[in-house]
Amino acid sequence: MNLLLIGVLLAIIAIAYQVGLTKSRKLAGKGNNSAMLHSRPGYYGALVALWCGIPAFLILIVWNLVEPSIFQQVILNHVPERIRATLDPASTSVMVERVQALASGFGVSDTPAAYELAAAEQLKKIENIGSFAKLAVVVSAALIGLVMAKRRIAEKYRARNQVEKVLNVALALCSGVAILTTVGIVMSMFSEAMRFFSFVNPLDFFFGTEWNPGFSTSGSAEGSYGLLPLLWGTLMVSGIALLVAVPVGLMIAIYLAEYAKPSFRSWAKPAIEVLAGIPTIVYGVFALMVIGPFAKDLGAMIGLDINATSALTAGFVMGIMIIPFVSSLSDDIITQVPRALRDGSLGLGATKSETIRQVVIPAALPGIIGAFLLAASRAIGETMIVVLAAGNSPLLHINPLEAVSTVTITIVNQLTGDTDFASPQALVAFALGLTLFVITLGLNIVALYIVRKYREQYE
Amino acid sequence: MSTTNTSNMDQTFDPQAAAEQREKRKKIIESSLAKRHRKEKTFRMFGFGAVITGLLFVALLFGSILAKGLPAFWQSSMTVPVFFDPAIIQIGPKPVQKEGESPAQFEERFIAWQTEMGMVDWDALIVNGIVKKAPEIANQSDELNSIYTSSESYRLRDMVMKDPSLIGKTQDFKILADANVDVWLAGNIDRSLPDEQQQLSPEVRQLADQLKADGVITNSFNTEIFKNPDSRSSPATSGLAGAFMGSLFMMLIVIVLSIPVGVASAIYLEEFAPKNWITDIIEVNINNLAAVPSIVFGLLGAAIFIGWMHMPLSAPVVGGLVLSLMTLPTVIITTRASLKAVPPSIRQAALGLGASRLQTVFHHVLPLALPGILTGGIIGVAQALGETAPLLLIGMSAFVANVPATPLDQSTALPVQIFLWQGNELRNFFEGRTAAAIIVLLALMIGLNSLAIWLRKKFEVRW
Repeated sequence: MNLLLIGVLLAIIAIAYQVGLTKSRKLAGKGNNSAMLHSRPGYYGALVALWCGIPAFLILIVWNLVEPSIFQQVILNHVPERIRATLDPASTSVMVERVQALASGFGVSDTPAAYELAAAEQLKKIENIGSFAKLAVVVSAALIGLVMAKRRIAEKYRARNQVEKVLNVALALCSGVAILTTVGIVMSMFSEAMRFFSFVNPLDFFFGTEWNPGFSTSGSAEGSYGLLPLLWGTLMVSGIALLVAVPVGLMIAIYLAEYAKPSFRSWAKPAIEVLAGIPTIVYGVFALMVIGPFAKDLGAMIGLDINATSALTAGFVMGIMIIPFVSSLSDDIITQVPRALRDGSLGLGATKSETIRQVVIPAALPGIIGAFLLAASRAIGETMIVVLAAGNSPLLHINPLEAVSTVTITIVNQLTGDTDFASPQALVAFALGLTLFVITLGLNIVALYIVRKYREQYE
Repeated sequence: MSTTNTSNMDQTFDPQAAAEQREKRKKIIESSLAKRHRKEKTFRMFGFGAVITGLLFVALLFGSILAKGLPAFWQSSMTVPVFFDPAIIQIGPKPVQKEGESPAQFEERFIAWQTEMGMVDWDALIVNGIVKKAPEIANQSDELNSIYTSSESYRLRDMVMKDPSLIGKTQDFKILADANVDVWLAGNIDRSLPDEQQQLSPEVRQLADQLKADGVITNSFNTEIFKNPDSRSSPATSGLAGAFMGSLFMMLIVIVLSIPVGVASAIYLEEFAPKNWITDIIEVNINNLAAVPSIVFGLLGAAIFIGWMHMPLSAPVVGGLVLSLMTLPTVIITTRASLKAVPPSIRQAALGLGASRLQTVFHHVLPLALPGILTGGIIGVAQALGETAPLLLIGMSAFVANVPATPLDQSTALPVQIFLWQGNELRNFFEGRTAAAIIVLLALMIGLNSLAIWLRKKFEVRW
C-alpha cells in the first residue's frame, strides 16, 4: 500500500516537473528565448516538483507514524472490559495480531471469539477507509501543491533562488547529522550511565579495585564494580602495543622519508599501509591462532610460563596493527619539515643520521607526539584483538605474561549474552563506554591541537 | 670572539706548531669520523630493518591465514547414487488448499504433512546409496550414519517436499562427510591420540579410512561454504551465505545513507558554511567523531536504536544504521579533501560567467571532485565491512541458521561469523573455516580497495 502510494507520488512529481518545464518554456515564447525568464526552465520544473512532493511526503510520514496506534485503539475498544483488565503488553500484541490476521482474511487456526470477530470486522472497515483516505489526502496534497506552484510561474518569478534555498537547507541539515551523532552518543551514554550510578556509588566505580559484577539474574546490584583493574589492563595492553609500534613505526617513517629511493618507497609504503586496512577481527584471530601459541612455545623453551592469551600477545598484535598508523602520520610530519633546516645542518658537516636525530626529529617532535597520542587513543579503544587474545581476568597484576581484562572486553561481555538491559550488570557497560569515550576524546583533542599548531608553524 | 681574534693576531705565527695542531685535529676528526660514519650506517640499518619488519608482519599475517584457510575450501565428500525408494518414503500426496478452507486451516494441514515428511527415514536412502558404491560395508550401517553430515538427510527431505515426483527415481548426490571425519582424514587431529580423546569411535575411523582408500570419499572443492548459512547441528555444511547477505544488506544501507549525507555535509561545510563558531564546532566534532572507538558506536546503537526505538535485535537494519554513522566522518573528511583539491580558478570562472554558487558547485566543482569522493566512499564502505565490535553489541552475534531475506530479518555479518567460528568448540574443524572466512572477507576488502585505487588512477586530475 505504502509502496504503491510512493510510486504514485513519484509519478505525480515527475508530471509536476514536466508541467513546470512546459509552462515556463511557453512563457519564454516561440523562439524559446529563455532570457525572458528569470531562471532557466528546469528550475521552474524543479520548484513545482518540490511544492508537490515535500508536503505530500511529510503528510505520508506522519500518517504512517500515527496509524498503527489508532488501529490498536479500535481493536481494544471491542475487547470486553473483563478481558481487557487481564491483558499485559505481550498478550495485547498477540491479540492484536490475531485480529489483524482475521481482518486480512488469512484467518486463525482455532475458532475466534465473538469480540475478536467483531473487532476484525470493524478493523477491516477502518483499514479500508483509512487506506482510501490516505491515498486521497496525500494525492490531493500533491495536486494542490502542483497547481499552486504552477500558478505562481511568471516571467519575473525567482524560481532558481527558491530551489537553491531548499537545497541549501537540505545540505545544512545533512551536516547536522554529525552533530546529532555526537549528541546521541553523549546523551545515551550519559543517561544510561546515570541509571547505573543510581545502583552503584560513582566513587566505588571509579576507584574500586575489584571487578566482580555477578550475574544479572540475581536482579540486584550485588557485586563489585571497580574500574581500576580494567583500566590497568587497558593501559598495559596499549602500553605494550605502543612499545612495539612507536620504535618500528617511527624508524619506518624516517627510513622511507629520508633514505629510501623513490622507487622503493612507492611500493613499500602502501605495502605497510595494508596493515591499516585489515579488519581488527583478523588481527584477533591471528593473535589467537598464530602469535599466542608461538609465544607459549617460546616461553616453554626458555622456561617461562606464558599464557597463550595474555596482555603480551594482545599488545604485540595490536602494536602490529598501529605500526602503519604511527608510520604514515610521522612520515607526513617529517616530510613537512622545511628543506632549509636539513640543508643547514648538512652544510655544517653533520651526517645524515645526525641531521635527522638532532634537527629533523626535534623540529617534528610536536607533530610526532600528536601522532603517538592518536595511536594511543586508537589502541585504547581497540576491541576485537583484546576480546580474542587478552584473555579475561580482571585482576590487578603487573605480569604482562598473564591474562588481563580491558574496558572494551568488559563492555562486550556485559552487553552480549542473556543480560537484562535494565540491570546494573548491563548498564555498567555504558559507564565504561563513557569513560572510554572521555579518555579517547581527551587524547584526540590534545593530539589534534598539537598537530594543527605544528602545521601552522611551518606554513 | 673578538678578543681571541686579536690575541691570535698579536702572537707570532709559528708554522710548525700550527701544522702539528692541524695534524692533531685531523686525527681526532678522522677517528671520530669513522665512528660517526659507523653510527650513520647503524642508524640506516635500523631504519631498513624496521621497514623489513613491517613488511615481514604483512607477509606473516597473509601467509599464516592463507596456509590455514585455503585447505578448508576443500572438504571430504562422496558422490553417491540415491534411490528415492517408495518403500521407505511412504507419505500422502502434497495437500492442496480446498475450497472454503481458510488459509490458517490449510496451513495447519500443510504443517501436518511436513511433519509426516520429517518422520521418513531419509538416512536409510543415503546409507543405501553409499553401500551401493562400496558393497563390502553393508553390515556397518550404524557406523555409516556418522560418516556423513546429518543435515544431508534434510536436504533430501526438502527436495522431495518441493518435488514429490522424485519418488521412485535415482539421482547422484554429493554428500558431505561429517566434520569429524573430515578432520580425521585431513590429518588435523593427532592420529596417535588414545581412543578416549578422539572424537570418533575406532570403528568409524577405520571405516572412514577404508572409504577414503576405496576412493568413495574424495577431497573436493566445497561450494557449500558459499551457498549455506551457518549450521550448528551439522558443522560440515556450515557456510557464509547468511553472513554474506547480512553484510550485503548493511553495506547497501551504508551506501544509501552514509555517502549522500556525508557528501552533502562536506559540500555544505567546504563551500557554503559561514565561518562562525557553529561551523567550527561541527568541524572539531567531525574530526573527533572519526577517532571515536567503534565500540562506542555499538553502545549508541544498543541504547538508541534498540533500547529507545525498539528496533529488532540482530537485524541488518540496525547494523547498517550504526555502521553508517560510523563511516560518516570518513566520507565527510575525504570528500572535503577532494573538494579542496579543486583549484579556486574553476569556481571563479563559473562565478564570473554568472553561475550561482550552487550551480558552480554542482555543475563544475563536484564533477571534478567525483573520483576522490568515490574513492573515499569505497574506503569508508570497506572499513564498515570489516567492523565487528559495534555489531556484537546490537545482538548480531546470535546464531542464525537462515539466510536473511530482508534487512529486517535476523542475521550475522562476515566479521561476526569469523568471531563466532573462532569460538566454536569443534576447534580442529572450525580453525580452517575461520581462516577460510577471513580469506573471503579479505578478498572482498582487497577487491573494494583495488576498485578505489583503479578509480583514482583512471579519473585522477592533476592540477
